[in-house]
Amino acid sequence: MGYRVAVGGTSHAFADLRELMAKASPPRSGDQLAGLAAGSMQEIMAARIALADLPLRTFLHEALIPYEDDEVTRLIIDTHDAAAFAPVAALTVGEFRDWLCSDAATSEVLARLARGITPEMAAAVSKLMRNQDLILVARKCRVVSRFRNTLGLPGRLAVRLQPNHPTDDAAGILASIIDGLSYGCGDAVIGINPASDSLGRIGELLRLLDELIARFEIPTQGCVLTHVTSAIALIGQGAPVDLVFQSVAGTQAANASFGIDLSLLQEGMEAGRSQQRGTTGDNLMYFETGQGSALSANAHHGVDQQTLEARAYAVCRAYEPLLVNTVVGFIGPEYLYDGKQIIRAGLEDHFCGKLLGVPMGCDICYTNHAEADQDDMDTLLTLLGTAGVNFIMGVPGADDVMLNYQSTSFHDQLYIREVLGLKRVPEFEAWLQRMDITDATGRLSARQGGQALLAALPGRAA
Amino acid sequence: MSEKPKSGAPQLAELATLTPARVALGRSGASVPTREVLRFGMAHAQARDAVHAPFDADGVARRLAALGLEVIQVDSAAGSREAYLRRPDLGRSLSPGSREALTARYGDFDLAFIVADGLSSTAVHRNAVPLVAALLPLLARQGLRLAPLVVGRQARVALGDEIGAAFGARAVAMLIGERPGLSSPDSLGAYLTFAPRAGLTDANRNCISNIRPEGLAYEPAAFKLSWLIAEALRRSLTGIGLKDESDLAIETNETALSGAALLSGAVANTEPPRTSDAFTGEGDR
Repeated sequence: MGYRVAVGGTSHAFADLRELMAKASPPRSGDQLAGLAAGSMQEIMAARIALADLPLRTFLHEALIPYEDDEVTRLIIDTHDAAAFAPVAALTVGEFRDWLCSDAATSEVLARLARGITPEMAAAVSKLMRNQDLILVARKCRVVSRFRNTLGLPGRLAVRLQPNHPTDDAAGILASIIDGLSYGCGDAVIGINPASDSLGRIGELLRLLDELIARFEIPTQGCVLTHVTSAIALIGQGAPVDLVFQSVAGTQAANASFGIDLSLLQEGMEAGRSQQRGTTGDNLMYFETGQGSALSANAHHGVDQQTLEARAYAVCRAYEPLLVNTVVGFIGPEYLYDGKQIIRAGLEDHFCGKLLGVPMGCDICYTNHAEADQDDMDTLLTLLGTAGVNFIMGVPGADDVMLNYQSTSFHDQLYIREVLGLKRVPEFEAWLQRMDITDATGRLSARQGGQALLAALPGRAA
Repeated sequence: MSEKPKSGAPQLAELATLTPARVALGRSGASVPTREVLRFGMAHAQARDAVHAPFDADGVARRLAALGLEVIQVDSAAGSREAYLRRPDLGRSLSPGSREALTARYGDFDLAFIVADGLSSTAVHRNAVPLVAALLPLLARQGLRLAPLVVGRQARVALGDEIGAAFGARAVAMLIGERPGLSSPDSLGAYLTFAPRAGLTDANRNCISNIRPEGLAYEPAAFKLSWLIAEALRRSLTGIGLKDESDLAIETNETALSGAALLSGAVANTEPPRTSDAFTGEGDR
């Protein structure tokens, strides 16, 4: 079904809902690369005007990617909660934006609504929202998840400690972990991207994390970010797997390019849960996503990259994750060209994820061929901290020496805590005080309590 | 009054000896000390300049010609750096004039060699010519029929597929500037592809990464690449079916290379390819 808008004597036509959504998107190099972007600023606004009048329930009977062709569409439609959707069922997309910004949409109301919202609805309304709307509404959405601590509480910000090393050297990885813990990082997860894909080496890294966490009784979880099939195999071998990791995307075909489907994710979650390694809960899936991945895999079906990213969160949501991380600027300038596009995408992803009920964090990052720098990351960090992001990355000095990109640093999390008064998760905060790493107010202690952790280095006496 | 930055306690400072990561930086309140702000800023500036510095294709071509090689320069279909960064498809395709020039030289070649700017012209300026110089004796030993060496501007890895096909070469080796990291603005990558043709993906290639004096040095990199070329031509394949076992060749073949000891030292410093399981785009392909 087509859409037509007349503005100031010019008529704009959109052949179908996919085209309307794509052309309503803020400018983005990936949509231009795919040939989906609007041809002018006026065409963007015309698309938004038409989108604002669209009844929300249209998305329940007009699939952007056919139900028969795509298991992600089937997941979205088959698990839609009509009762949860009822309070907004009569609204248009434009009225939905007004309602989300209003006092009627409290944290409790939004939590009950989440299962009634489809990713396409979230993406559509986000296209009508300014950055401040994305922050305001996301801040009201609370998504709490638990494995060995309690992530996502109001006024709290967690950090994934990311201690990567170019050759997976154990002492080098431990050096980054000890440094990060001594800055109070690591409550979201201590998560290593391995350079090697050998199961034996990954098993060694898992044992390294497990022994460290047990030895110092750190209330957190470890993860080596490897393919879900590897995690399942490692669990079979008796390796200590806390979290099961996987990159996911918003179409069946893009997921196939990652070597996964929904049943494999289910198998991964069940294998993880069979270990019963959690203490405060059993949210143990860790997903990473990012706009542009479907286009990169030639699997976008003519749908804009932001809408596809929101669909990836529907995939995540089905497996009750602990952590969902949009790796927003990693993919490169052909998908998100510059700091402005990366910042906008980070806010959209966080908003859509939270509205859908996903425990959303963000790898606030960029590559050196993008038109972005550390100032842009400071801006996005400040905005996402304000929006209540569940977690960010902690990379030594913001420079990942294995993946060759820049993210947020141990210092960056100190900055955002100081300016916004954000605390660490409660269990981890108490541990840091016991270790004398922080004082009673959560500030780093002058007494260098982190030095006790040096005993973990190879060749040190216990 | 400004507070003097606390450098981490002496014990934590030793962490910096264990990893190239930026650990034990100290802090000024919550913030990074000025010296590290400047050090990081300079590293980022080097990486940015590596992406945007004009590629001196003429100079590289002259130095390669001085090794006794016939050199042909080509352009991709990306007319500018901005077009190159926004449109990876254009960087994978030859300009019409360049395609004609290569097709005119169609012949019976075992291997086509390409040196291309990719995402770091700095890497090519520094490392391409010494690597080729180290390779030539090893290739001569194999008795290969080499196509004219191509220097490519605004090129992605897959531009090599079109070039190899235009020559009719059995295999193509692309030496190209990799996406620069803060600590490695000048990494050269080598991609080997058997039976080059349009539409291939990275699953069809073998890659040697981080070629530079501080990473994988020229001699061991040349040995690895030469080994892969010989195996690719012998077994008629590249990609996931061809594993790099050149280190075994060194252990079992005493005549292999005088630099074998050097290789075992360099391998430990080699930056492996990015893990396929982490979330990645194809930004540097």
